[in-house]
Amino acid sequence: MGRRILRASALIAVASVLPMLVAVGCGGDTGQGAGAASASYRASQLILATTTSVKDSGLLDEAILPAFAKAHPDMTVKTIAVGSGEALAMGERGEADVLLVHSPKDEAAFMAAGYGTLRLPVAYNYFVIVGPAADPAGVAAAATAADAFRVIAASGATFVSRGDESGTQKKELEIWEAAGVRPDASHYVSTGQGMGETLQIASEKRAYTLTDLATYLSMEKTLDLRVLTRQSPDLKNSYSVIIVSQLEHASVNAAGAELFAALLVSPEGQRLIAAFGRAKYGRPLFYPDAEALGTGG
Amino acid sequence: MDLIWQGFVEALKLLFGGNADVYQVALRSLWVSTLALAVASLLGVPLGAALALNRFPGRRLAIAVVNTGMGVPPVVVGLVVAMLLARNGPLGALRLLYTPSAMVVAQVLIALPIVAGLASAALQQLDPGYRLQVKALGAGRTRGVALLLREVQVPLLAALMAAFGGVISEVGAVMMVGGNIQGQTQVLTTGIVQQTRAGQYAAAIALSIILLMLVFATNLAMTLIQQRGRHG
Repeated sequence: MGRRILRASALIAVASVLPMLVAVGCGGDTGQGAGAASASYRASQLILATTTSVKDSGLLDEAILPAFAKAHPDMTVKTIAVGSGEALAMGERGEADVLLVHSPKDEAAFMAAGYGTLRLPVAYNYFVIVGPAADPAGVAAAATAADAFRVIAASGATFVSRGDESGTQKKELEIWEAAGVRPDASHYVSTGQGMGETLQIASEKRAYTLTDLATYLSMEKTLDLRVLTRQSPDLKNSYSVIIVSQLEHASVNAAGAELFAALLVSPEGQRLIAAFGRAKYGRPLFYPDAEALGTGG
Repeated sequence: MDLIWQGFVEALKLLFGGNADVYQVALRSLWVSTLALAVASLLGVPLGAALALNRFPGRRLAIAVVNTGMGVPPVVVGLVVAMLLARNGPLGALRLLYTPSAMVVAQVLIALPIVAGLASAALQQLDPGYRLQVKALGAGRTRGVALLLREVQVPLLAALMAAFGGVISEVGAVMMVGGNIQGQTQVLTTGIVQQTRAGQYAAAIALSIILLMLVFATNLAMTLIQQRGRHG
């Protein structure tokens, strides 16, 4: 029985792998009306790396992506939501074509190293510090974020951190630095996860955390946390779009990236951004921030 | 308790309310995992037979490797496949990353050792007397193996059910190679994770119920095939 079985197995293996290769070759996206296997089809795929907070807010899926699909029906946008740190790393490796991130210092380093051809501010909003309604640390009375962090550390309350190299975590670390203190290890919880999970953990532990307003509002009903800070300059959260450089990796779809960035900073895109969230939450989640192109900015 | 009840109600609404989004997510889960199971079976059953019925140097090591494959975490498989399929990775030219096809490939790699390992074990359990009998009655090699497989169809179908359960319920691999992109690569498991992260527990529970129903229906079908002709 020996070798015959091995031969038969090899034949069956080849016979079953072949149709799989054919299916795979005929357009990887079975959800897209497969069959267009040409190189130009593949070139019209755009990989957008963005942050979980942007993705979870719904801005892309509900406002920007439909507008982009309407303007460019031949393009498929694949939105990959990771932390800003990973999004920038994807850009460095040429695994993403366009980035929508909110980590200004890291973005500047990215551009200085030559990984991106263009970086444009798109929108901003404010982080907020949330905590238990009883607010044992007295954060509500603090004037700035740094003050708030100081009282949190001093009171021995627990602080929950993203711990995932995201823009939110980078901001949090900046504020700790400005405050000049850190809570001790037993009162500092690092989740390594997205904003939603982090908020849930903070809620369960009756702890404080730094969050973007959009994610908090979308989950407000399920959380036992309250917004405790006013808008303050050290809580400003700036989003930028970055076109990844095609010089580093030829596989980058720079043309598609330019179209996407153009939509974001266009009057139409800025209008979509400004209007988003008003109907659902009664307040805007993002403020438009694009400088008018051509003013030498 | 309230939350679970809400989830149940939400599930019924989603199921029977004709929610197109939920249907396409459920269909994608079913499609990806069924195709993966089919390919893994076509590759794994002959592989299992080859391991069980042959004698060759290193055979026990090969069986050990296959058995280890049964326990490899799906997220690790996903990571490796994602690295291979990445644009600048070795297979980047295929442009498969973040597509359902990549998800099928990853799930085949998860299911294959399960099918091969359990098929091999099932065949090894066969009475060697039966194998001799099949040979003696003049069955050709391929037909002989087919007869043996028929003899072990109960554990073999159990292997398929185990493999199917393993891939339709995994989230690590499909998250890594698919990216959970709405309308393109989202499946039930990644959808559940996303809804939970967003605090939408009712929707998460709804998707969970749909997933359980899908798994039950598929396993019911396979069990009926497995148990046909057996009473009690």
